[in-house]
Amino acid sequence: MITESDIEHIAELADIGISKDEVPEFTTQFNAILDYFEVLDTVEGESAPDAGIVNVFRDDEPRPGLSQEEALANAGSTENGFIKAPRVM
Amino acid sequence: MAGILEFSPEDRDNAFITTCSTAPFTDGALAGTAVAVKDNISTAGIQTTCGSKILEGYVPPYDAYVVELLRQAGAAIVGKTNMDEFGMGTTTETSAFGPTKNPVDPERVPGGSSGGSAAAVAAGLVPMALGTDTGGSIRCPAAFCGIVGLKPTYGRVSRYGLIAYANSLEQIGPMARTVEDVSRLMSVIARYDPRDSTMLDRPYDHRPSADIKGLRIGIPEEYFGEGVDPRVGETVRDAIGALEGLGAETVPVSIPGMRHALAAYYVICTSEASSNLARFDGVRYGPAVDIRKSWHEAYQDLRQEMFGTEVRRRIMLGTFALSAGYAGRYYAKAQVARRNIREDFKRAFCDADVIAGPTMPTVAFRLGEKTDPLSMYLSDILTVPANLAGIPSISVPCGKVDGLPVGLQIMGRQFEDERVVDAAFAYEQEVRA
Repeated sequence: MITESDIEHIAELADIGISKDEVPEFTTQFNAILDYFEVLDTVEGESAPDAGIVNVFRDDEPRPGLSQEEALANAGSTENGFIKAPRVM
Repeated sequence: MAGILEFSPEDRDNAFITTCSTAPFTDGALAGTAVAVKDNISTAGIQTTCGSKILEGYVPPYDAYVVELLRQAGAAIVGKTNMDEFGMGTTTETSAFGPTKNPVDPERVPGGSSGGSAAAVAAGLVPMALGTDTGGSIRCPAAFCGIVGLKPTYGRVSRYGLIAYANSLEQIGPMARTVEDVSRLMSVIARYDPRDSTMLDRPYDHRPSADIKGLRIGIPEEYFGEGVDPRVGETVRDAIGALEGLGAETVPVSIPGMRHALAAYYVICTSEASSNLARFDGVRYGPAVDIRKSWHEAYQDLRQEMFGTEVRRRIMLGTFALSAGYAGRYYAKAQVARRNIREDFKRAFCDADVIAGPTMPTVAFRLGEKTDPLSMYLSDILTVPANLAGIPSISVPCGKVDGLPVGLQIMGRQFEDERVVDAAFAYEQEVRA
């Protein structure tokens, strides 16, 4: 059973803002969905790595990329060719 | 033959988010053909929103590989189609740009999430379109709008430039009014691209053949069981009967893992989404984040305002399913369930060459009919297994119930897209004759 404070905590972890009046409905819906997910408790078998699968690597060789202008074109806030972001600390 | 295609459709069904009034084209296999592209596929110089406010105004600096291939083939890219926000929906109602209507009945949803592409094709605005299919998002709207849609084998079409929602499940695929056009579009987009490391070099070069003598069609009981409208089931059984009339034979098969399919699918897709959608922070693209606030505050506020409720719900579900203490119970179990389903299909495909059933358990819903998320999720039950197993699956119109289209779904072995196309083609030719 997920509580309203769990929902607020999950929203915080996910960096998703949630308003006070949305919390009860999200909680009810979460619980209905998680009830449905309980069927997974009856899954049989252990997780094991798939056999015969290989990673696809390539050499780390330089290739043409976006120009600075292209890379900045969609940024909301730039300064002297850099992207501006909110302060982290 | 090169030129400019003028395109100013009367878009009654809100199929498009963006249209290009003058679309250049060149010579090639699709010279001058108007093609619509779902709005989660990057198009250089054309706004690409994923149906979300968080990408409003975003103009990609590069083309997705499939778009590059379309341009090389001479197609005119005439617009970007409406969709459920980030592909998260079964009706196209979660779009930030308003719902798309079903051209067959404007009171009904077109299905989703590629509802705009399906509606544009069904309304005759374009002959073909690209969609994407994570858990049925090509096949569902194809079925609801009465057109043809193919979800290719996972790894057959490059995802380079597709804005990711759930990487391990999704594929770009063709939608059109005929199987032949679906096949033509598939020939253009299924080309090896080293930039998608989940691809195999298995290009599609195929002309549909209606000869299906001796084809063994597996009929899974799970596809005709509880929750499936019996009239839809009957319509689909009649269609399978028509295939038998053409020399195919039917064999019963079983996919017991189906009982876990939907839960496994929703755990996996929301988990992948919670990671993928973290990139939408209003810093590099999309409406600008408020840089006067601190990072978490600014980020949370922006994502509350710019993401729709379903997207926020799925990001939170995925965050929860991956969180400490729960990942073993949800994510790890879902992966085991997924492997079991793949094994079920492998076993079934020893006895059958293709597997057939309904695409959707019902006909198209009324606009606004599905309000509860879980009941919406349940309608994906017949389409998600193919995504979990990575196998090709096509939906072809096979009649109507209450005047609304029903789709026949035909699934095949991995990399046997040609075979499902042939079976759909045989059916289509038979009913058109």
